[in-house]
Amino acid sequence: MLVSHSTTIWYAMRATGIVALVLLTGTVVLGILTAGRARSRSWPAFAQADLHKRVSLLAMAFLALHVLTAVVDTYVHVGWASVLVPFVSPYRPLWTGLGTVGVDLLAAVAISSALRQRMSARTWRAFHWLAYGSWPVAMAHSLGMGTDASRLWMDALAAACTLAVGGALAWRVHDHREASARAARAGATTRAVAVHRADRSAARLSTGDSAPRPGSTRPVSPAPTGAGAPVEHRNASPTRLLEKDRP
Amino acid sequence: MTTRKRVGLRVRVDPVACDAYGYCAELLPERVTLDEWGYPIVDGAPVDGGLVALATRAAAECPRRAVLLEQVLVSR
Amino acid sequence: MSAMALDANDRLLTVPPRARPTTDLTPDLAGHLATHGALAVPTREDAGWTAAVRRAVSESGLLGRGGAGFPAAVKWDAVRRGGRRPMVVVNAMEGEPASAKDKVLLAHSPHLVLDGADVAAAAVGASDIVICVADDNGRTAASVTAAVAERARAGMAHRRISVERPPGRYVSGEESALVAWLNNRRALPSLRIDKSVPLAVGRRPVLVHNAETLSQVALIARHGPEWFRRLGTPEAPGSTLVTVSGAVRSPGVLEVELGTPVGDIVGRAGLEGALSGLLLGGYGGAWLDPSHLSTPYAPGPLAAAGATMGVGIVVALPVASCGIAETARIVRYMAGESAGQCGPCVFGLPAIADDLEQLAVGRAGADVLERIEVRAAVVDGRGGCRHPDGVFRLARTALAVFADDALAHGRGRPCAGHRAPSVLALPAATTRDRWAS
Repeated sequence: MLVSHSTTIWYAMRATGIVALVLLTGTVVLGILTAGRARSRSWPAFAQADLHKRVSLLAMAFLALHVLTAVVDTYVHVGWASVLVPFVSPYRPLWTGLGTVGVDLLAAVAISSALRQRMSARTWRAFHWLAYGSWPVAMAHSLGMGTDASRLWMDALAAACTLAVGGALAWRVHDHREASARAARAGATTRAVAVHRADRSAARLSTGDSAPRPGSTRPVSPAPTGAGAPVEHRNASPTRLLEKDRP
Repeated sequence: MTTRKRVGLRVRVDPVACDAYGYCAELLPERVTLDEWGYPIVDGAPVDGGLVALATRAAAECPRRAVLLEQVLVSR
Repeated sequence: MSAMALDANDRLLTVPPRARPTTDLTPDLAGHLATHGALAVPTREDAGWTAAVRRAVSESGLLGRGGAGFPAAVKWDAVRRGGRRPMVVVNAMEGEPASAKDKVLLAHSPHLVLDGADVAAAAVGASDIVICVADDNGRTAASVTAAVAERARAGMAHRRISVERPPGRYVSGEESALVAWLNNRRALPSLRIDKSVPLAVGRRPVLVHNAETLSQVALIARHGPEWFRRLGTPEAPGSTLVTVSGAVRSPGVLEVELGTPVGDIVGRAGLEGALSGLLLGGYGGAWLDPSHLSTPYAPGPLAAAGATMGVGIVVALPVASCGIAETARIVRYMAGESAGQCGPCVFGLPAIADDLEQLAVGRAGADVLERIEVRAAVVDGRGGCRHPDGVFRLARTALAVFADDALAHGRGRPCAGHRAPSVLALPAATTRDRWAS
């Protein structure tokens, strides 16, 4: 029996979507590990970061194919507008729309990364955080579309992806707390907190035993300004002078 | 007789931006080593030949854009 | 009272030497004018006057008194070139705990500093003067505010003058940190490679001067460069304010002719007993051994000895005190004062402080001396400002000057002095020794 052109594209759309989801999961997990400085004994850290980038490119490639096949396919009508505009698809607008939202977020991440050198590190990071939003949206889209959702293997896949991302997040939170505690024990603080410290008022000087022994406060007349004779200040008492008042 | 000078590249790290990711030391151990707290110690010797590509990559890969390549006059 | 005498070529003429910054203390305007005479500062652009005063400051050889020792006239040139609508910042922060010269100056001769600010502002074409006083220094702020108000009442306020209160931290008085605070309320220092490009608030170039520097400017503007150079040496002209503390009977602020032997300065404050060392420059400065009492107090001779004038402090450490313990206290303080921007400083300084404290109580391991030297050298030059560099210099010179002591401590035989109360000016939290329970 001949397989119709439409059916091939239909299957391709589903397959590329699932692969894209798995690759996106891998990207997110690698991203969390990289940002959290997870160190592998065999992989240098820069290679890990590199892997994250390459997997993300692969994910984008499959996502592009998935979107293309979805729009071209005649079995259901999605429409070209739905590629970028969410919730306007005639076919299952909500779930398709979520997919569109995912595409929008990932497009923003991809473009900002391509133009990374032209923006500040902070701006780039802000864009990159959109990626965190794209994963749950992609997962919801995959499950909500329902095409394979009821199959056991799809459930298992979704569960595995969720476990992977959840596990990576849990590790990251725990590791961050530990690192902060370690830094605090070393007498330092994390950079964000330390920056705040630089702005606050300092500890007050005390006039107690920590100050130099008080000098006399009697006025001293100026000495002649011959060479080598320093001229004295009257009423100089370092405890009074060095004392910082409470504001 | 004057020493001839040419433009060379030198690696520098912005210490405020650096957050001790350590990629630079992995990519360019010929010029960057890490102190006991994971922060880079940079050898200011110029990079030339094959090291230029690695140095460029180190600057591009740094997540905080803390690795800078600056041009210096190198006397030969 | 002498008025300014003018001639065709040079608007400023020398007159016989008058009072030095702190000799005649003139907190109020009337006393100030009676002592120093009036100073006519143009209120609008006056090229002839500007050129004359700039030449006077340049020929005087006046170096900044805020720690860096940068030539004042060169700074003016950079600011003039730097852009439109410059402003003058009077740095009265004095974050160095052992220094009191700016507080004394502003408490007792504020008008001299304000005159200097006026002169500098006119010379660079600035219409705004901002006086920065630490937020925990109410006394100086009150004195400055009162002086500013007096001048306004006397019709002398031709420029906008405001008083700002940045946080009173060690690094917030550093030039780049101060300007950073004026820009975005975060007093974080930065490394400036190119000093010919001035700092800026927004797009306005900023001339930052230490308060004492401006008081010298005010006097040079009145009396001329030859008068300034009458004191000091040809290489190091003029006088400077020094805060002497430690084992002296009358700790305080002295005005000192450059080139005076260090021993004379300490002696003038009433040296009591034998010394084990001298701390010069600041808490990020250098220890010198007592033989340097004969060294002239001037940039050249001090540099040859491995020290600088810094912000003008001399701490005389008596033999009853422990140089290692005092250094440990200072480094602990400096670690707490890190701006927290750079790893080597944030992690390195507390580690060095740990080592020094262990050494001070004689509980350190065998290789502690080497570890301190290595760590200090590792943090040197790797921060975003010179804060860790100062700690490196302090630790290195301490281990050199107190070498015998360090060896004994390292072998588990600390001197009794480490239990003696500190002679240093430090916040209470630091002096509650971490090794004393």
